[in-house]
Amino acid sequence: MSKDLSEVIGRVLPAPENHLSAEKMEQARKARRRFMGNALAMGAGVAASATAATRAMAAEGEEVILKLPEHSTGLGQSVVTDGYGKPSKWEANLQRRQSPGLTRVDQASVSFTPLQSLFGIITPSGLHFERHHQGWWDIDPSKHRLMVNGLVKRQRVFTMDDLMRLPSVSRIHFIECGANSATEWGNVAVPTVQYTHGMVSCSEFTGVLLSTLLEMCGYDKKMGKYVLAEGADGSSMTRTIDIERAMDDCIVAWAMNGEMLRPENGYPLRLVVPGIQGVSWVKYLRRIEVGDQKYATKDEAVHYIDHMPDGTHRQYTGIQECKSVITTPSAGQTLLDKGYYNVTGLAWSGRGSIKRVDVSVDGGRNWRTARIEGPVLPKAMTRFNIDWVWDGKPAILQARAIDSTGYVQPKINQLRAVRGTRSVYHQNAIQSWLVSENGEVSNVQVY
Amino acid sequence: MKTIFKLSTKAVVLSAALGAFSIGSAWAQTAPWHNMGRDATPAEVKAWDIDVRPDFKGLPAGAGSVSQGEATWEVKCASCHGSFGESNEVFTPIIGGTTKDDIKTGRVKGLEEGKSISPQKTTIMKVATVSTIWDYINRAMPWNAPKTLTTDEVYGVTAYLLSLAEIVPADFTLTDKNIAEVQQRMPNRNGMVFYEPLWKVNGKGDVKNVACMKNCAVDPTVHSFLPDFARDAHGNIAEQNRIIGPVRGADTTKPAPKGPVGSVALPAPVVVAAAPAAGGNDPKALLNANSCTACHGMKSKVVGPGFNEIAAKHKGRADIEAYLIEKIKNGGSGVYGAVPMPAQPQLKDAEAKSIAQWIAAGAK
Repeated sequence: MSKDLSEVIGRVLPAPENHLSAEKMEQARKARRRFMGNALAMGAGVAASATAATRAMAAEGEEVILKLPEHSTGLGQSVVTDGYGKPSKWEANLQRRQSPGLTRVDQASVSFTPLQSLFGIITPSGLHFERHHQGWWDIDPSKHRLMVNGLVKRQRVFTMDDLMRLPSVSRIHFIECGANSATEWGNVAVPTVQYTHGMVSCSEFTGVLLSTLLEMCGYDKKMGKYVLAEGADGSSMTRTIDIERAMDDCIVAWAMNGEMLRPENGYPLRLVVPGIQGVSWVKYLRRIEVGDQKYATKDEAVHYIDHMPDGTHRQYTGIQECKSVITTPSAGQTLLDKGYYNVTGLAWSGRGSIKRVDVSVDGGRNWRTARIEGPVLPKAMTRFNIDWVWDGKPAILQARAIDSTGYVQPKINQLRAVRGTRSVYHQNAIQSWLVSENGEVSNVQVY
Repeated sequence: MKTIFKLSTKAVVLSAALGAFSIGSAWAQTAPWHNMGRDATPAEVKAWDIDVRPDFKGLPAGAGSVSQGEATWEVKCASCHGSFGESNEVFTPIIGGTTKDDIKTGRVKGLEEGKSISPQKTTIMKVATVSTIWDYINRAMPWNAPKTLTTDEVYGVTAYLLSLAEIVPADFTLTDKNIAEVQQRMPNRNGMVFYEPLWKVNGKGDVKNVACMKNCAVDPTVHSFLPDFARDAHGNIAEQNRIIGPVRGADTTKPAPKGPVGSVALPAPVVVAAAPAAGGNDPKALLNANSCTACHGMKSKVVGPGFNEIAAKHKGRADIEAYLIEKIKNGGSGVYGAVPMPAQPQLKDAEAKSIAQWIAAGAK
């Protein structure tokens, strides 16, 4: 195929002589003369040359390099085209999604975070998973109030103005729904990590420590054993939190990832209960009551209870124990070819920080310790990476996290041996991904 | 002003003494933000402090009979939960799966391993505390108009549900005085276990694994996998992954490829544009936002008729738009069956009109 530099030069006005050999520079000079001649002869030669330029370039190199694209040769868009910037249109596949058939009413449903395509530890706020119990609201913050009552010296009311004047903290924590991975208690049920593990997100939350508010209200240190958190929405979600937890690291938060909470995540105020299942992170927080007994609310007496083999239910099992999952490559994805892959994933523990993550590519027979990417923070997502060369043969990828208490993430059969198969909540088993010879990755159970 | 000055002085002295001002310690009374906020009035506390605990602290005085509750139920609850709390259509069933023997023992036998649970666990099989039922109905029901029942209506509806589960007789009136006795008949009252290690952050878990590194004992069997027919049950996974990077989403609209697809001849990237944001009087957005779709399918009966069925039934009717607006806003029953459709007072006229026009145009 003839390399027709004339066409290249014809388009690219400042000739790239500095990058050419002496021979090619000569060609370029000739070509430029020819181009000028052509242009004169044809009158309106520029357009014709440009059209021709789109044809014959493959042998010389890649078209996307040789043929400068519009964004290199034209004028881009101005500032504030969009006052609140959005992701690239090329990223539109990354969406929160519902799992078909999982719920029947959209206002009492969940959407899952696309973990398969995310990086680092922070979940973009617009992709934060959703769980609503009776629909979400966008509440006027000037009309929102927080009340603290019960066993306190002073029953108090706070406006958002009041709260936001208080000393604040900003901390990175994961939030995981107690029912994350619930579909996998029995058998494999869903096709990708978005649906197996997507009810977990991690953000920087800003707010006032709940302990600050409780101290200000003079909570009863002798009788006050629990607090009840209550939301302002239709469901008025209520959850019991023990006073040690409340006085430790709970945050009455108004911000997430540097901006105010998104409405779907509780704007303008939500409780952050690090390490505890998401249902306790009450959204649209309107009230904190200090009490001396647990409350057995609907979501701690009918739901979010663990059905045990003997027919009993465990109540108040809120801790999200140590868990990890490989996010790339993960089920539903296809390895394009043999060779090197950076296997990457997330690990987290409601009891502390991540100490170590091991990865197996042979279904758990042999393990290697992964590289932990900083930061490693308590009750926050931790990103891990490990090198792997795929030889084109079937492989089963697993990750296993160990937290700062020494707890080792269990296998699904170990979980089932203690808790049976009919539980819905708190499934933190090692996840297996099968890489088939065709490069497709699928969700399997191997233990 | 004098007080503030005094507090500040104290704070300064303390700061000097401790080297740092300590937040949330015994010195909190002196914190400069100590008086942020204001005292709640008794009326405000009464308005919001609605929780009812298992020991019935917080339960307001009142009474409601089974028959009063049944009347409320038919109008405000049955459309979602079924006339007998048994419906598994919109929400999981409330009633069913308990026996007289369970009421005696306080343990629901049907929850034990090996027992079949059909169609699934009901609320009454699980809930141990009658306070939970009262509290939840009071705070969160009816579904589209929470906190609108009177105290006596909550007693009545609770009594009706308890009678359906044969916990109380059909002529029973539930009151704040006798609710503690009813608690002693809850079928699963002894079925809850408090397991502290999963409540306390510093507890030790109940499941143990060890971090074996080499030649670990594993069963090489793939115990469970997604069947082929479910390949596209969650849509095309290619459209749910990034279009660049080390991997692609599998094209689940096609059977699995025979070998690696390779990185050279990739198909053109698939990017699915985000759905336009719902807003204004878009009828389908209104149906979703107002829970209409909880009871009405687009093309089939759920609890109420499918929207296409309504469109077909009234096709050609001269006053179809006005008729539908009236039905949408005020509800009704008898046209498609006995289950009543509740009124939708929250709908604005323009919204009801938009939905009516959409149905009149064929509900497409």
